[in-house]
Amino acid sequence: MTAPTVRPPIAMLAELTHRCPLSCPYCSNPVELARVDSELSTETWTDVFRQAADLGVLQLHLSGGEPASRRDLETLVAAAREAGLYTNLITSGIGLTERRLGALDAAGLDHVQLSLQGTDSAMADEIGGYRGGFDRKMQVVKWIGAVGFPLTLNAVLHRRNLHQLPRAIEMAVEMGARRIEVATVQFHGWALRNRDALMPTEAQAREADRIVAEARARLKGTLVIDYVPADYHSDYPKRCMGGWGTTGLNVTPDGKVLPCHAAESIPHLRFDTVAERPLADIWYRGAAFEAYRGTDWMQEPCRSCERKTVDFGGCRCQAMALVGDAAATDPVCVKSPHHGALQARAAGHASAEDAALTYREAPLRSVEPAE
Amino acid sequence: MDRDEVPYLPRGVRIHRDRVRDAWVLLAPERAITLDPVGHAILSELDGTRSFGQIVTALAEKYDASAEQIAQDSAGFLRALRDRRFLEVQP
Repeated sequence: MTAPTVRPPIAMLAELTHRCPLSCPYCSNPVELARVDSELSTETWTDVFRQAADLGVLQLHLSGGEPASRRDLETLVAAAREAGLYTNLITSGIGLTERRLGALDAAGLDHVQLSLQGTDSAMADEIGGYRGGFDRKMQVVKWIGAVGFPLTLNAVLHRRNLHQLPRAIEMAVEMGARRIEVATVQFHGWALRNRDALMPTEAQAREADRIVAEARARLKGTLVIDYVPADYHSDYPKRCMGGWGTTGLNVTPDGKVLPCHAAESIPHLRFDTVAERPLADIWYRGAAFEAYRGTDWMQEPCRSCERKTVDFGGCRCQAMALVGDAAATDPVCVKSPHHGALQARAAGHASAEDAALTYREAPLRSVEPAE
Repeated sequence: MDRDEVPYLPRGVRIHRDRVRDAWVLLAPERAITLDPVGHAILSELDGTRSFGQIVTALAEKYDASAEQIAQDSAGFLRALRDRRFLEVQP
């Protein structure tokens, strides 16, 4: 029997827009970006936030793209707080000003999560594809500190910048961040196109494990370190989304409701939209949510595995991308028949020297204006 | 936690009534923690001025329990919150 009782979700990721001043080559947005003029209105998002709170969502992550690209961000934060949600802004900092941060404070924003593309302007601006971005971000950090928002630094790491991890941790402490996410790039969407340029080596992955363990012990009570290891170099897959359709949901800029942000990479899934169906109905009965909820869908070796409710077979999108079957065991797992081949591929990507970065593109309008 | 330390919930950490699950939760960056009655009672008393010892004494009177028992029952819970920076003490 699949999931005898489906519990309400705890978290919702609201991708307010796919617009972004940066063009990071590992962007988690889908390769097919939502068009600018298809974005949900202020009123629709407000209604979605109310529905989410009624459904049991506690944590709202306002993301993008760059959420500050929405001129109504302050209004949306106020609406989310009014609905009773804890509001977390996931931002590169670009597009935030001292005045806007003051307005976000007044609107009740609870927490800021700031991305870090590198620990100096040479690295950060190259990875973000935006000159001056790093200096601007350091200015925004000062304004965030002046308001007093609790801060998480989100350091995204890959082969080109993993050597900067110790400095990233130091910077988090200097900024007064309570928390850092040390996030090794996950290869979905745009990152999948950049595996030759970004795949860490096995040695880098083990060095990052060591640095994180040492820093966790040294900084206990000062800085919380959440760590997403390099999963192509792991033996067991990540517990993706805490289990499909169990903990969180994602709403795209145009209102599609997804079990995870990469779910559109599974071609046979069909997604409901907030315009067509109430959020609670989508969560409890939507076909895309029911597809991989629980354990009924599993094949061997997952079906008889003692870890099947530990990691739920890993990531469905990764199984789709690497094995061509979204119901297969995530090939990161040592029990997958494809594990050896994946490790060989990872080593191949990691030794592809001088591979160029393929940057994320900008979302289009339905009709591009004439030159 | 020492009895003369003054604990408080820092900005971005707050107690919330979860009407869907009919429970008290502590909301913090990227976390929602379900509070048991003891945890909720203690965190509700934090005002940034009274010491942990004063709070425990007040709770002992209110619930007709021993102050030692309350301090002992909450020690692990409060330590875990401090380690995650969901609880601070006045400098």
